[in-house]
Amino acid sequence: MIERLFSMEGYGIFVWAAFGFTLFCCSALYLITKVQLVKQEKKFFVKFGKLTQEKIEIAKKQKINKEILVSKPNYNF
Amino acid sequence: MFKIINPNNLFGTSNKIRKVLFFLFIILIVAGLLEALWFSPKDYIQNHAVRIMYVHVPSAWISLGTFLAIGVLSIFSFIFKNKNFLIISKCLASSGFMFNIVALVTGSIWGKPTWGTWWAWDARITAMLLLGIFYLMYILSWQVFEKEETKQKVSTIIAILGIVNVPIIKFSVDWWSTLHQSSSVNILSESTIHSSMIVPLVIMMVAFVIFSAVIFLMKYNSEIIKLKNKGLDRL
Repeated sequence: MIERLFSMEGYGIFVWAAFGFTLFCCSALYLITKVQLVKQEKKFFVKFGKLTQEKIEIAKKQKINKEILVSKPNYNF
Repeated sequence: MFKIINPNNLFGTSNKIRKVLFFLFIILIVAGLLEALWFSPKDYIQNHAVRIMYVHVPSAWISLGTFLAIGVLSIFSFIFKNKNFLIISKCLASSGFMFNIVALVTGSIWGKPTWGTWWAWDARITAMLLLGIFYLMYILSWQVFEKEETKQKVSTIIAILGIVNVPIIKFSVDWWSTLHQSSSVNILSESTIHSSMIVPLVIMMVAFVIFSAVIFLMKYNSEIIKLKNKGLDRL
C-alpha cells in the first residue's frame, strides 16, 4: 500500500517532486515573511524604548502603535 | 467608501484573524493532500500524473488572479490617489510571484510524463513566463529606486502594462493551437472534469487562497510597522 503511494506506477517521482516543490516554496515564503515581520516589530520596540516619556504618550495615542504594543504585552514602556 | 481597507482597520483585523486563517490553512492542506494523493482516482490517459493538477492549477489561478488584483488596485490608486491601494498591491505580489513559479515548475514536471518534454514555447506557457517577468519587475521596482514617488510610479506602470497579459493567458488556449490543454473547469459553461477530481481541486484552491491571505496580512503588517518606524523617527 505504502509502495503504491510512493511509486504511483512509475509516476511517483513526478508527482512527489511537484508536491514537494510546492510545499517547500510555501514554507520558505512563510518563514521569510515571518522573519521580516518580526524584524520590523523588533525595530519598532527598540525605537519605542528610546523615546522620552512625553513622546511615548504622543505615540501611544495612535491606534496602530497601540495595536503593535498590545500584540507584545511583555514590553512595558 | 474605502473604510474597510483603512490601515487602522486592516491592521487590527489582520492581527486577530491571521492565526485563525493559518490554522484553517493547515487543516485544509492536510485534507487536500490526502484527497489529492490518496483518495482521488487516477486518470484513464494520464494515469497518476494527473495528481500534479491539484497543485499546478490552483497555483496558476492564484498567480493570475493576484496580478489582476494588483493591476486593478494600481489603477484605483491612480484614479483615487489613495496610497493604501499601492501598499496592498505591494503586499500581494510576493505570494502571487511564488505561485507563478510553482505553476511554471509543476507544469514543467507535469509536461515530462504527458508531453515528453520539460518545456515548450507554447502560447500559454510563454505567457505565464511573461507574467513571472512582470511580477519580478514589479517586486524589483519597489526595491531598486530610492525615491518613494518613483517607486510608486514605476510599479503602477508595470502593473498596468502587465494586466494586458492576463486575458492573453486565459484565452491563449482558445486563440492559438497550443500544446497546453484547454480549460477543463469552466464557470459559465459545462466542466469536463469528474466530480471526484473537483473535490481535491477545490480544497487545494481554498487552502492556497487562505495561504495567500496569511502571507498578505503578514506583509501588510510588516509594511505598516515599517511606516510607523519612520513615524517614530519624526516624533
